[in-house]
Amino acid sequence: MTKARRTLLKTMALLAGGVLISTSAMAQSIPAPGPTVEAIKKRGELNCGVDAGIPGFAFQDASGAWKGFDVDYCKALAAAVLGDPAKVKYVGTTAKVRFTVLQSGEIDVLVRDSTLTFARDIDLGLTEVAVNFYAGQGFMVRKSLGVNSAAELNGATMCMLTGATLELNIADFARSKGTTINSLLFEKSEEAFAAAESGRCDGYSDDTGSLAAARSTMKVPDDWMILPEVISKEPLGIHTRDGDYRWSDIVFWVDAGLKTAEEFGITKENVDEKKGSNDPFVRRLLGLEGDFGKKLGLDNEAFARAIKAVGNYGQIYDASFGPKGLGLPRGINNLWNQGGLHYPLPFR
Amino acid sequence: MAGKSLKGGSSLWPMKAPHALLLQGVALLIGGLVIGWFAQNAASNLARRSMELDFGFLGSVAGFSMPFQILSFAPTDTYFLALVTAFANTLLVSALGVITATVLGLGLGVLRLSRNWLLSTVSGAIIELVRNTPQLLQIVFWYVGVLQLLPLARQSLPFGDVAFLNIRGLFLPAPVGGPWSSALIIAFFASLALVPLARRYLAPESRRSGLFWLAPPLLLLALVLSIDGWSLPALKGFNFVGGMVLPPELVALWAGLSLYTAAFIAEIVRASVETIGKGQVEAAHSLGLKPWLTLRLVVLPQALRLMIPQMTNQYLNLIKSSSLGAAIAYPEIVQIFAGTVLNQSGRAIEVMVIVMGVFLIINLAASAALAQLNERVALKER
Repeated sequence: MTKARRTLLKTMALLAGGVLISTSAMAQSIPAPGPTVEAIKKRGELNCGVDAGIPGFAFQDASGAWKGFDVDYCKALAAAVLGDPAKVKYVGTTAKVRFTVLQSGEIDVLVRDSTLTFARDIDLGLTEVAVNFYAGQGFMVRKSLGVNSAAELNGATMCMLTGATLELNIADFARSKGTTINSLLFEKSEEAFAAAESGRCDGYSDDTGSLAAARSTMKVPDDWMILPEVISKEPLGIHTRDGDYRWSDIVFWVDAGLKTAEEFGITKENVDEKKGSNDPFVRRLLGLEGDFGKKLGLDNEAFARAIKAVGNYGQIYDASFGPKGLGLPRGINNLWNQGGLHYPLPFR
Repeated sequence: MAGKSLKGGSSLWPMKAPHALLLQGVALLIGGLVIGWFAQNAASNLARRSMELDFGFLGSVAGFSMPFQILSFAPTDTYFLALVTAFANTLLVSALGVITATVLGLGLGVLRLSRNWLLSTVSGAIIELVRNTPQLLQIVFWYVGVLQLLPLARQSLPFGDVAFLNIRGLFLPAPVGGPWSSALIIAFFASLALVPLARRYLAPESRRSGLFWLAPPLLLLALVLSIDGWSLPALKGFNFVGGMVLPPELVALWAGLSLYTAAFIAEIVRASVETIGKGQVEAAHSLGLKPWLTLRLVVLPQALRLMIPQMTNQYLNLIKSSSLGAAIAYPEIVQIFAGTVLNQSGRAIEVMVIVMGVFLIINLAASAALAQLNERVALKER
């Protein structure tokens, strides 16, 4: 064989390979567990994007360890994929950079009190995997204003933080009511609180979770009241990049697993005992039947490890927002059978 | 040979002409390749992550409202109009800041040189205090420490029932334009720009071209006459309605930017004045000029010439620092465009490119204008 012919053959082989690869890409089938999990395993740690610092969701304690509701989700994912909840590299992200960091591949998953929206799903090329916290935007005003409902806020000025969609929600709300509400945007909460306190604004606006925390920092918290209306839906949740649906599946089912665990009374403490249960849902979740973990490209113990690491959904919630944490009532964040909105898809 | 070495002597690295040309060509080539490589790298990385540069979002509806604007902006306007409106707010505070900083800086600098012990010490103390504390801190101080001590809306300080001062700002009566007002505003500003050009190019030699300067005042008079009436601010609901308002965010940012820059300008003034030879002052004195006249007629005209390049730096810094307004809710371009719009559209790279481009354009324009001024007043050696 001459050199020229050998080159020709090589090129043809390469071309054939290329066609093969591109057809398989066209069929959109990625073998489980998908390239993201393979990269995570190779790296030995999960790169998890969290909030750079907000009480309740994600913050660093005095020793520098990450704590919070979203942080526990990172731990659950690491326990499921890598078998060790400690193998997480936390990347604190600001509101401005969070999606760019995810798009660029610097993090594998974004669990950062971020609202799941159409624009983020379609325009930004992300996947809205699961809602882990239902919030909504509300108002806190001075009692002395004599306002009892958000509908009476025509002409009022609200202080708030920049970097979210708070001002958009307020403009939408005002437009729908045919009124005007001015919004003053601050970079940091200190200045925003000071402006609200001094009377520059008639009130302060934020997600319901953060409003309770804001009220507690006012000089006289009893002078302030939180209006009953919630003017926007803020389903906070988990984002992944488009392109690896296997990884999105895993994240989706780990979230469902944590909620299912609460549904069936499986806790951090009793997860091993529950392996003796006869309930088929418990047995499937804990990997004794059905090979659910294997079908995702993990092992059957994956969900049990996640629950053992951080507890079920209710335990995760209580650790950050319960009476010992921020003291936020569960409300719509209860499971569906407790009057809430969390309704995990069944493991069958 | 002697001539050549003399010519090359002033350059940093004297060498022969063809040699220099070759080296410069090579340097240019390498520079071009490096920049090309950067651009290529960025483009391919973006493409690989399926993020392409797309400025189409500028046409989408913004949806948010701004608390203060000099142009009109409604939530149903586009992101592009939000950019223009925020840009106008940035220009407004920068222009106000440049003017007051210059006046204040000249004043402080001259007082610093005064022979009066009290005046020079007070001015020196102000300069040192302002120059040695962070600018952001000063802006926040003006906002939180000074302007938030004003009374609440319902306890405003009235000024003869037409103007009111409270924590929400200074509320003033606003003229209501008649049918011709907006055209006259445009004509007035156009005349300010066109009269010097017309004088220079249409009638350079004519003495009567000075009469062109009658146009702007006449237009201004017509504008005043075209006003239909006044809208007075009145307390209604939560706040004053009607009239116009000077919000505390603008005042705090304006004060913070002006005072900080003024302190540096004062030092530039002092340095430039002290550079003027002592002989000049003594000569002026011996001609019988009083100290103030000496300063005004002899020293300052020469010192101003020296100041311009350094003042350019201060002005450019002031314009860039206007972005600190984001900390105190002043709706300038960084807060509105690199904050709200970036966050809503998710177009981080495009938004940052635009914001950088805008600042680059403002600063290059300001720098070019001052360079031209400098050229005009620089000493011409003949």
